[in-house]
Amino acid sequence: MTILDGYEMVVGLEVHTELKTVTKLFCGCANAFGSAPNTNVCPVCLGLPGSLPVLNRGAVELAMAIGTALGCSILPSSFHRKNYFYPDMPKDYQISQYDEPINVGGTLELPDGSTVRIERAHLEEDTGKTTHVGASGRIHGAERSLVDYNRAGVPLVEIVSAPDITSAAQARAYAAELRSILVATGASDGRMEEGSMRVDANVSVRRVGDATLGTRCEIKNLNSLRSLQRAVDHEAERQSELVAAGGRVVQETRHWDEVAGTTVTMRSKEEAYDYRYFPEPDLLPLVPEDPWRDRVAAELPALPAARRTTLLALLGEPTPSQRDQVLSVVELGIDAMVTSAVSSGVDPARALSRVANEVAALNGAETLGVDDVVTVLSMEQAGELSATHAKAVLADLVEHGGDPRELAKRRGFEQLDASSLDATIDEVVASFPDEWTRYCQGDDKLAQFFVGHVMKQTKGQADGKAVIAGLASRRSR
Amino acid sequence: MTTAIELADSVRRGETTATTLTEGSLAAIAAGNGALNAFLHVDVDGALSAAARVDRAVANGEDPGPLAGVPIALKDNLCTRGVPTTAASRILEGWRPPYTATVVDRLLGAGAIPVGKTNLDEFAMGSSTENSAFGPTRNPHDHARVPGGSSGGSAAAVASGMVPIGLGSDTGGSIRQPAALCGVVGVKPTYGMVSRYGLIAFASSLDQIGPLTRSVADAAVCLEVIAGHDPRDSTSLQEPAPSLVASLHDGVEGRTVALVRELLDGAAPDVEAAVNASAAVLRDAGATVIEISIPELRLGLSAYYLIAPAEASSNLARYDGVRYGLRVDADDLTMMNVATRTKGFGDEVKRRIMLGTYALSAGYYDAYYGRAQRVRTLLSRAFAGAYGRADLLVGATAPTTAFELGAKTTDPMAMYLSDVYTIPSNLSGDPAITVPFGSGADGLPLGVQLLGPARSERLVFAAAQVLEEGAPR
Amino acid sequence: MTSLSREDVAHVAKLARLALSDEDLERYTDQLRAVLDHARDLEAFDFESTAPTAHPFAAAAYLREDVVVEGLDRDEVLNQAPAVEDDRFCVPQIIGDAP
Ligand SMILES: [Zn+2]
Repeated sequence: MTILDGYEMVVGLEVHTELKTVTKLFCGCANAFGSAPNTNVCPVCLGLPGSLPVLNRGAVELAMAIGTALGCSILPSSFHRKNYFYPDMPKDYQISQYDEPINVGGTLELPDGSTVRIERAHLEEDTGKTTHVGASGRIHGAERSLVDYNRAGVPLVEIVSAPDITSAAQARAYAAELRSILVATGASDGRMEEGSMRVDANVSVRRVGDATLGTRCEIKNLNSLRSLQRAVDHEAERQSELVAAGGRVVQETRHWDEVAGTTVTMRSKEEAYDYRYFPEPDLLPLVPEDPWRDRVAAELPALPAARRTTLLALLGEPTPSQRDQVLSVVELGIDAMVTSAVSSGVDPARALSRVANEVAALNGAETLGVDDVVTVLSMEQAGELSATHAKAVLADLVEHGGDPRELAKRRGFEQLDASSLDATIDEVVASFPDEWTRYCQGDDKLAQFFVGHVMKQTKGQADGKAVIAGLASRRSR
Repeated sequence: MTTAIELADSVRRGETTATTLTEGSLAAIAAGNGALNAFLHVDVDGALSAAARVDRAVANGEDPGPLAGVPIALKDNLCTRGVPTTAASRILEGWRPPYTATVVDRLLGAGAIPVGKTNLDEFAMGSSTENSAFGPTRNPHDHARVPGGSSGGSAAAVASGMVPIGLGSDTGGSIRQPAALCGVVGVKPTYGMVSRYGLIAFASSLDQIGPLTRSVADAAVCLEVIAGHDPRDSTSLQEPAPSLVASLHDGVEGRTVALVRELLDGAAPDVEAAVNASAAVLRDAGATVIEISIPELRLGLSAYYLIAPAEASSNLARYDGVRYGLRVDADDLTMMNVATRTKGFGDEVKRRIMLGTYALSAGYYDAYYGRAQRVRTLLSRAFAGAYGRADLLVGATAPTTAFELGAKTTDPMAMYLSDVYTIPSNLSGDPAITVPFGSGADGLPLGVQLLGPARSERLVFAAAQVLEEGAPR
Repeated sequence: MTSLSREDVAHVAKLARLALSDEDLERYTDQLRAVLDHARDLEAFDFESTAPTAHPFAAAAYLREDVVVEGLDRDEVLNQAPAVEDDRFCVPQIIGDAP
């Protein structure tokens, strides 16, 4: 499944991200996930007659942080109304930035060194949630729909790339890098599956060497990086086959069907809406003064590219697989575990390997405390935990939380120190003089008898091999 | 008639009670509303319990505020929690808002007693109150005539003595024109001086709430109470309410007042005579009166009838049958939306929604809405030029006295022309006041309009006070 | 500015979710055309050099701090709704997707 030879694809992405503010964009209702339906609502976000929007400073700052991270110019901006009827939109218009967005022009450099230009990153409000119920549960067969406005008015930033992307893999890499940046700035949790980050792809194809762009289609419903890559690949193949067969691509919106692995027509351009944009009269222009812009820039944390550079430097001369591991821990946002462990004395290669392999494999790895992971890795480095036990403690941490040393102790993972092991062996040997004599006479099978008793006394904490070595050295004395 | 200030003073001094005043107002409404249809809803229980609170406060030695015990009428496009609020539209019939408008909260805080909700043209779209879904309001001076609009219910309630103060909203003259036609004072404050939070929007960049009263002083007291920054309205000016009462008697000595030709063009001879007489009153009070022309004002009407419908078409989209108000059932959502809106909105509202939709639609935006916004700039510049030569402007409020019911209902353009003198202040955002000034050839009241630059309410009120004192009796 | 046609009025009625009878369409077309014809007086002025005004006084935006303010009681809100199911607003089936 790929584009035909002799054709190339031109892809631009529109990424919507929900901002991690405390409240909604234009009212003081909580921006919370998972509340009971219609409990985070007020006159403003329900669009009640007479209500008025008031812009959230926190949302503006997060939008500015995103713009700064993407190298955009942060400009005076304004809001427009985008008018269309839909029941998940309480006012039947969406307040969005239109011809004067807050962030304009920028660049995103991908880990492979390629760059994608950013056209704009603007603020707008999210819609409520519509659930279709009835005969089939799917939208067209539903007998009725139910609307919950808890998400209505949650702040969104829409980041629009230039059509600079030339492969499905690059589209995926762009979305992954953008997600890492959004998470790094604290603007978003970047969860595509939960809808807090949503990607639409504009895809067109042309013959290699053609200067003009082909007719594009917009693909919606891309719920993961994998869907994005698959959908772009599939759409480029579909379009290139269509054109090669003498057909014409129709400008339209298409829906990605994850199960079928195809895109299907949602809406053609003829049905395109007339949104009747006009300046939102209830809101005044937004002017980011220089000191404000400077403060946001100064407070911006280290971005993924810089963090990759830091890790690679720690490794000295990284192998190709270590380079991949660096990419992956930064993408997952767990790279601080590596750098912190290294500064606590853990070997860089071991730290990277553990975090990229064991930690990354855990469901919820990003919730682990950096200090806790460093403690576990340090214990392992000091020989206090085996590799297997270290992994188990990390899993416990994700599941229950708590102090890693306590968890190791509760699990009985703390290995006995040498002197107490010696004392236990001496004790067991003294308790069974007959067996000891037979063992000394060469009955090696009795070694397991002694190991069993030592294990019993130490509640399994002793290392079996160390016990056998201790027995052997006593016999040879 | 007794003014609101006098009433509040007697309540504060214990000479009368808020309950007595409220009962008096409720009785007047019960007696007169059948003929006038000024009120759509009378909130007897709410009014009496508010009055009881004020009386308790007085008994406890507390000061209930500058409007203690004063009965107030609220235009029915102001949200009142738990009290029906319809904007005179079928589409909101039965709706009880879960919140209260900022102005109403502020009035309650000042001891005022909201007694009920007054009639208006549906969603404030009209100049005669005939566009109400619940029947027209009649002019107290002649029941065969309109009270003006869209705040005709409040104007009639005040003019007939049911209440001393009414609140209205003014998008293109909807306070001033009915005030003039009913013979009361009406104020359109500087845009942003009064919070719009809880005012059911018609045209957001033009709407402004203001008082209708029997005296300039009452209007000043009321505006002091309701004005001032509101953090729930982004367009509200970030400054406190002006103090108006203290400077009410400052007069106009040394001021320059300009008679504006375009604010008299097309006025009936009796209206023109009244405006000229009012200029003489100001001159006698020490002002210099000049005559000027501001040709750009002629463009106001056209710009207004593009901008206001455009904003309205968007503001009224939310009446879709989903969350509140009327729903007409249908098989699918779009059909339900269409059926609900088609049944719920009256003729004039539909007309303006379609006009505004057209002005914003693809291919027409620049020619209509975009151009109208440029006119707005031009108009503001022209006003600024005029205020370089004069402190205040004077002209007519409406071209004629009250006209007969039905006279203009079939010709929207003729009705729209009733607002030709009031619209420019809405487009510029500047304050304006209408003061009763004698009567026309038909014996019906006449109003004279004073206009000032943004935030010049103190000056405007002082001049209005001069006109009130010099008006023919 | 071109003259308003019946088709234009039918189109905006559809956009605005209003149904018009043939007679309505006729009447509204005439009435709206009269208003738009009056607006031709705007053509006499040169606007190219004039910036549009969206707000009477375009000061910088007033911003709200990102702090939770208590909202509405759900029952009070849902009591006003035409139809409710599972604590949500209920609407007839939706034909067509959101834009
Ligand atoms: Zn809210």
